[in-house]
Formats: sequence, structure tokens, C-alpha cells
Amino acid sequence: MAKNVLDFEKPIIELENKIEEMRKHETMLDISKEIKTLEDKVLQLKESIYNNLTRWQRVQLARHPERPYTLDYIYMMTTDFIELHGDRNYKDDHAIVSGFAKLDNQKVMIIGHQKGRDTKTNLYRNFGMPNPEGYRKALRMMKLAEKFNVPVITMLDTPGAYPGLEAEQRGQAEAIARNLLEMSRLKVPIIVVIIGEGASGGALGIGVGDRILMLQNTWYSVISPESCSSILWRSWEYKEQAAEALKLTAEDLLEQKIIDRIIPEPLGGAHKDHQQMANTLKSVLLEELNNLLKIKPEKLISSRLEKFGKMGVFEE
Amino acid sequence: MGWFTRKKENISKESKKSDLPDGLWQKCEDCGEIIYNKQLELNLWCCPKCNHHFRIGSKEYISFLFDEGTFKEIDKKMKSADPLEFVDTKKYSERIKSTIKKTGLNDAVKTGTGKINNKKVSFACMDFGFIGGSMGSVVGEKISRAIDVAYEEKIPMIIISQSGGARMMEGAYSLMQMAKTSARLARLADAKIPYISVLTDPTTGGVTASFAMLGDVIIAEPKALIGFAGPRVIKQTIGRDLPEGFQRSEFLLENGFIDFIVTRKQMKEKLSLLIDYLHNNHK
Ligand SMILES: [Zn+2]
Repeated sequence: MAKNVLDFEKPIIELENKIEEMRKHETMLDISKEIKTLEDKVLQLKESIYNNLTRWQRVQLARHPERPYTLDYIYMMTTDFIELHGDRNYKDDHAIVSGFAKLDNQKVMIIGHQKGRDTKTNLYRNFGMPNPEGYRKALRMMKLAEKFNVPVITMLDTPGAYPGLEAEQRGQAEAIARNLLEMSRLKVPIIVVIIGEGASGGALGIGVGDRILMLQNTWYSVISPESCSSILWRSWEYKEQAAEALKLTAEDLLEQKIIDRIIPEPLGGAHKDHQQMANTLKSVLLEELNNLLKIKPEKLISSRLEKFGKMGVFEE
Repeated sequence: MGWFTRKKENISKESKKSDLPDGLWQKCEDCGEIIYNKQLELNLWCCPKCNHHFRIGSKEYISFLFDEGTFKEIDKKMKSADPLEFVDTKKYSERIKSTIKKTGLNDAVKTGTGKINNKKVSFACMDFGFIGGSMGSVVGEKISRAIDVAYEEKIPMIIISQSGGARMMEGAYSLMQMAKTSARLARLADAKIPYISVLTDPTTGGVTASFAMLGDVIIAEPKALIGFAGPRVIKQTIGRDLPEGFQRSEFLLENGFIDFIVTRKQMKEKLSLLIDYLHNNHK
């Protein structure tokens, strides 16, 4: 059985393995009918499982270690990528990657959180948890894009900003706050895509834009279900309930009018077919960019202010 | 999210601050001095012996910052609507109701306009007593509207922060208040209208990572806890105790993140002087 299989994926994988096994004997026996029946069954099973995921299962899919990350999307969607490094102040944060790339012929600046795939690369990427220099690097790239009139695409996928001693010393809060302010008045279009985990301020720190999109199996909230559980229930055991209570899926956020659009994933999740996911994302980005590039900078900024101004629910 | 305490072995206990209890006198948690309430109030809730700043709320700050009778509150009635119908060990709607009853406040921030040495300002002051001063939709909206008042009337903005961070029970709505308030401050900054941020104990999480850190000038009361991640989370991450004074005002001053430390007694005069330096130079 493949590694990294989530509990609710197991029945599907078992059936798929069985079909695989049968195929080996197909040349000797005429079992194509049986295979077809099983294949139909797998499809049905997949649809019933993936259309009925709990919020916690969505969180697990968003964190699936085989999901495509920012650099994967860049390689699959764009050409002529030129990676740019450093915040020109302290260092290069490897938890955030950035650079110019071309989506077909459209020049873009792409900035995203970057996770690793194994222990070594995860340590290098700090598990996708930026330090202040990561947010400052991102801001530097946005200013560069603004100066040369190139639209910005940001990709969010982080368990949070790094809660370390040095991060505090170098002003984690200031770095995030500065980005929120500067992104709200950047003169070029910004498209934000949540490609995995959108955990709190660490995600929002590169998450202010004109269009906010979420891949189907991702989450975005003020806190992770685990931390929420530990604070409100005073135990790590209530993460499922916390995920339900936080209403943190793409469908939830669309209903809350916090995001603009959900981007469908291949059946079973983005990790099942990287290229298909990248193709879908690319066509959505091109369509969105095409619309945004028609808007004058002043209008873009005033609409952005209005967009975030409307977020929130209260009584008076 | 600092208003809950979480127990964890191998880590030394936090010093716990309490809100002002009722009674005739109080004990200073720093030096143990017994102080009569009346005396404490006359001393702006600072210990006469060691100058420890007791935690106070918006009502108290308004009482000594503004020229008498000039403060006019706005959006007084705004209340949380529990958009997620959030339930943990308790319903959020119940939590809100009981906190309103207990504190006499409708949410964790009070906003309005008033005069400081005859200079009109737009003002917001948070209350830690209301669910840890956490920021949900009401706090975000009230602060945004106060910034709009500053923008429209071309008067300086002053915000006193005191918060455990974003309010979990409003999920992503809470998170978005960070972007909303910061965007309003961007517009204020473009109009060259001054914004002074005052940090008090504690200012952490999403409040620090948005408007609290965006002042043209940022000042803090002595020894206030100021940070992004709470000390407990950092301790758990690094697996050891934190150095003395870590994330306190003096630490932030040393690291270049605040302009100066202000005692409560100097606060009004310093704010007045800063307004004088920053405001109305573009005429
Ligand atoms: Zn004392």
C-alpha cells in the first residue's frame, strides 16, 4: 500500500489495489467485466467519500504530504521562472519562495509559502513557517512587482508564522502588520490562492488581495483546530469539534463571503493528479488576471479597501 | 489568546495578572505594597512605591487622557452576532451575554472622539476584561470606523491596545479584521494624518500583527507584554524557559520596535506633544 494514506482513503486504496492485482491476470482470464464492475464501485465509493468529508478530514487533505506546493505549481504552470531571494536586510527565508514567471505570455510575480517533502527539506523550509524576514522578503518582491507594473500572485500554505524567540526579537508582528498595510495599497493586481493550510496571521501576512481563491480541499482560519482545541477545550483531543466549530473549509469561507471562488480539485484531492490541478489553477489564474488587468490602480485599491471593509458580522 | 492558562509540565508558571478586584484596597503584585483604591486612582492606577502599572480598562484611560467632558463615544451599541454559531465547552452567544452582564461593556473596544489639551482626536481603547480583549468583527468594525472619523475629520488617530489576539469564536472573520483595520490605516497614512499607537499589557497575537504595530509613532507602558506568539507557545516551541524581560516593553525598545516607553502619568502630555509635532504641518 502506498505511504501517506489517510484513514478515510483506505477503502479506496484497497479496492484500487485489488483491481491492479486482477489486471495482472487479465491476459489469462476473461475478467474484464469483473474489473469494470469494481472500477464503477471505486468511482462510486470515491464520490460518496469525497462528497461527504468532515471538516477535520478536509484539514487532513489540506496537509496531505503529497499535495503540490508552491514550487510544484510554478514548475507545472509557468515558464521562464526566475527565483529571487532575500529581504535585503537580514537573510533569505526559505519558508517563502518568490520570483518572476510567465503564465503563458503574462508576466507575474509569484510569492508563496514553501513546505518540504521530507525531514531534510522540511528543516530547510522550516515546515513552511516564515520568520519576519520571510514576510519582509515577500514585501520586497511585491514592491518590485509594483515598481515594474507586474501583477502579483500569492500562494498560501503554512501551519503559521514561526513562534520562535528570534522571530519575536526581529518583529514577527511588525512584519506581518506591515504587509497587511502595504498589500492593501499596492498598485498592481494581487490574486491570493490558498493551496493548502491557511493558518492565521502567518497566512494572511501574504494574503491581502483583489481576489481570494481557495482550492477545494484547503482550510483557512484564525487558528488551527489543534490549537483551538487546546485553548478552548484545554485538551488536544477536540480537534474534530474545533474544526467543525471554526467553519474553516472553502465552502464555509465562500458562504462567509471571505473568499471569492473555490477551485475544484481532482477527485480525491490535488495530490491525486498534480498536473490536472495545476492546469485547472492556471486557467483560473489567467481568467482572473485578465479581468483584473483592465482595472485602473486607483479603482483596484478602493475596491480592495471596500472588499475587506465588508468582512465581519455584527449587530447594532 | 492569553486569557486562558494552560498547564504544562517542565515549564515554570506564569505570573498571573488579575483584573482590579472590588474592595477598599489592593495589593501590588510586584512589590506587595497595600494600596487604598482611592489612592491608587489618584495615582492613575500605578503603585506609589514601585510604579507597577495595574491593568486598567477604557473607562480609566478616558478619565485621565481627555479634557474633562470632551469624550463622546460612538458605536456604543454594536454587539457580536455570533456568525458561526460557535460552540466549544460553552456557546459563544452565552459567553458574550454573560460577559456583557459582568463587565457592563458591549465588546472589547470603546471608540469615540475627544480633546487632548484642546486638540481633537479620534480614539479607540481596548478592554482586556472583555474576553481577553480579543478582536472579532465588532472590534475590527469599531476601530475601522474610528479610523474613518480620523480620515474624514482630518484629526489624529490614537489607539490604546490591550488584547490577547484575535477572537477564535469568530473564525476567519476575526482574522480578516486584521486586514480590514490595516487597510483603513493605509488610507489614513496616504492622507498624512497621524496615527499614534499605545501598547499596554498585554498586546499579543492578531492585534499586534495589525494596527498595534502600524503607528507613525508607537509607545508602550512600562513592562507591558508585547508580542506575536504568546510566551507559552514560544516556550513549548523552543522547549525551555524564556529569558527575563523577553517580550516586555523594554525588550521591544531595545530591539527597535517601539519609539519610547511612557508612564501613565506622562501619557497625556506626551500624546499632546506628539500630535503637536505631527499634525497640521501640511497646511
Ligand atoms: Zn508596587
